[in-house]
Amino acid sequence: MNSPGLSFEQAPPFDVPLRFFLTAPWFLLLAAVLLLWQGPETFTSRWQPATLALTHLLTLGFMAQIMLGALLQILPVVVGVVVPRPRLTATLMHVPLTLGALALPIAFLSGRPLWFHPALGLFGLSFAVALTAIHLALWRAPVVSGTVIALRCALGALLVTVGLGLSLGSYFGWGLNLRAITLTHLHTAWGLVGWTVLLVAGVAYQVVPMFQITPPYPAWFVRGFAPLMAALLGAWSAFVLGGWTMAATVTSAALAFGLAVLAGTTLYLLNRRRRKIGDATLGYWRISMTSLLAGALLWLTTLVIPALASAPQVELLLGILLIFGFAVAVINGMAYKIVPFLAWFHLQAQLFRRVKVPNMKQLLPEVRIRWQWWAYLTALLLLLATAVNPAVFTYPAALALGITAGWLGVNLWSIWRIYRHTLRVGLTGSAAEG
Amino acid sequence: MSAIADYFATEHRCCDEVFAAAEEAAQSGDLARCRVDFQQFQTAMERHFQKEEEGLFPAFEEASGMFMGPTRVMRLEHQQMRETFGEMNNALASGDLEEFLGQAETLLILMQQHNIKEEQMLYPMCDRALGSTAGSVLDAVRNLPAG
Repeated sequence: MNSPGLSFEQAPPFDVPLRFFLTAPWFLLLAAVLLLWQGPETFTSRWQPATLALTHLLTLGFMAQIMLGALLQILPVVVGVVVPRPRLTATLMHVPLTLGALALPIAFLSGRPLWFHPALGLFGLSFAVALTAIHLALWRAPVVSGTVIALRCALGALLVTVGLGLSLGSYFGWGLNLRAITLTHLHTAWGLVGWTVLLVAGVAYQVVPMFQITPPYPAWFVRGFAPLMAALLGAWSAFVLGGWTMAATVTSAALAFGLAVLAGTTLYLLNRRRRKIGDATLGYWRISMTSLLAGALLWLTTLVIPALASAPQVELLLGILLIFGFAVAVINGMAYKIVPFLAWFHLQAQLFRRVKVPNMKQLLPEVRIRWQWWAYLTALLLLLATAVNPAVFTYPAALALGITAGWLGVNLWSIWRIYRHTLRVGLTGSAAEG
Repeated sequence: MSAIADYFATEHRCCDEVFAAAEEAAQSGDLARCRVDFQQFQTAMERHFQKEEEGLFPAFEEASGMFMGPTRVMRLEHQQMRETFGEMNNALASGDLEEFLGQAETLLILMQQHNIKEEQMLYPMCDRALGSTAGSVLDAVRNLPAG
C-alpha cells in the first residue's frame, strides 16, 4: 500500500537537510581540538591566526552549515516554495562548504596564501548555489509575511558577508590591496548582526509563539525590525568607510539597542508561555537570548567607554557571547526539534500503518538532551572565563566544548540510526507479510 | 481584508491553550484530568477541521480554481493529525502517560508547522480570493451543523 501522499510533495527528502545537521557538530569538535592544540595563545587577541581559524570553524563549519540546511527544510513551511532540484542543490552547497570550512582554518594556521585559493573557490561555489536557490524561492513567495521580509534581509546580509569574506580572502591569498581591518569589522557585523540575527529573528517570529505557545511578537516589530536593522547596517558601513566616526558610533549604538530589543522581547514572550512543561529547546532559547542581551549591553558599554572597545578581552567576550552564546545555542536547540521531527515525519510517510513509528521522545530521549545542555552551559561559562583568564581556563573550556560537541553529534547520529533501523524492519516486515 | 485569517488563527490559539493544559496534566501524572483536557482538545480540533474541510476550503477552491493545490496538502495534514490523535487516545486508554507525552511532542510540531502554513499562506490567500464574500463564507462556517 502506498502511503496516502501526506504532505510529502511539500518537503525535500530527509537526507537533504540531514547531511548538514550530521556534519556540523564535528566542526564544533574540531574547534575544541584546535583549542587544546593551540592553548591559551588563542585568547590573547581576536586577530591571532588560531583565533581566526577557531572563529571560522564555528561560523562556517557549524553555524552556516545548519542555517543553510535548515533553510532548505523551512522554506516550504514558511514560504510555501520548494527549492528546485533539492538533492543536487544540497550537494552543491554541502560538499564545498564542508571542504572549505576545513581549508580556511588550515589557511589561517599555516599562513600560506596557497591555502586560501581552494577555500575561496569552495566557498564561492557553495554560497553562490545557496544564495541563488534560496533567493529564487524567497522571491516567489505567494504571501509576503514578516518572516519572508526578515529572511530576505538575512539573505541580503549573507550576500554582503560572503562578498566581504571573499575579498578578505583575496587579500590573504593574492595580496589584494584592501583596508583589511576595516573590512573585517564590516564582515563580522554583516555576518553576525545581519545574516545570523535576522535569520534567527525571522524564524523566532514563527517558532517561539507556535512551539512554546506564547503571545505573538508585536506586528510592527515583525514587519519593521529586520528592514530597520538592515538599513542601519548599511548606514553604519557607509559611515565607517567614509570615516564619519560620530555618525558611525550613533548607528552602532542603534544596532546594539536593536539586538537588546529582540533579545528582551523574546525573553519576555518565553516567560509568558502557556506551555508549562519545559524542554531543552526552551533552555537553549533562554541561554541564546540572554547571551544576545549581554552581548548587546557590552557593546553599548564599549561605545560609552571607548577605552574598553580596544581591550582584546572585551572583543573576545563579545565574540564568545554572540557566536557561541547566542548563535550556537539557538541552532543546537532547534536541531533537537527539527531532526527528530523529520525522522518521525519521513518514517510515518513511508511506513504508514505498517509498523508503529517511534515518537519524538523515543527517537531522542529527553534525558540525553538535558545532559548535553548542561555540558553546553559549562562550556559557555568556561569560554567566557577564558576570555578574561586564558592561562587557567583554556584547557577546561576546550574539554567542555569537546564534550558538548561530541554529545550533540552522537545524539543527532543516534536519531539517524534509529531511523534506518525502523525503516529496514518496517519495510522487510511488511514485504514478508505481502 | 483579514477576516478569514483572524477567525481561523484565533481558533488555532484556542486549541493551543487546551493542548497545553492536557500536556501539563500528563506531565504532573494526572491521568483523569489529562483525559478530560485531551477530549476537549480533540473535539475543538475536529470542529476546526470540519469548518475548514466543509466550509472554507471548498469556498477557496471554488473562488481560486485551485483544487489540487494548498488545500489538498492541508487535508492530508489533517489526516496525519487525526492519526496522532488516535495514538494519543490509545496511550490514554492504557494509562501510558510517557507515551502520551512523546506523541504530544510530535503532534505539537506537526500541528504548528501546519498552522504556520495556514496562517502565513493559505488564510491570506483565502482572504484575497474570497474578497467581499469572506463575510458570508464565515457565516456559513459558523452555522455548520456539528459533524
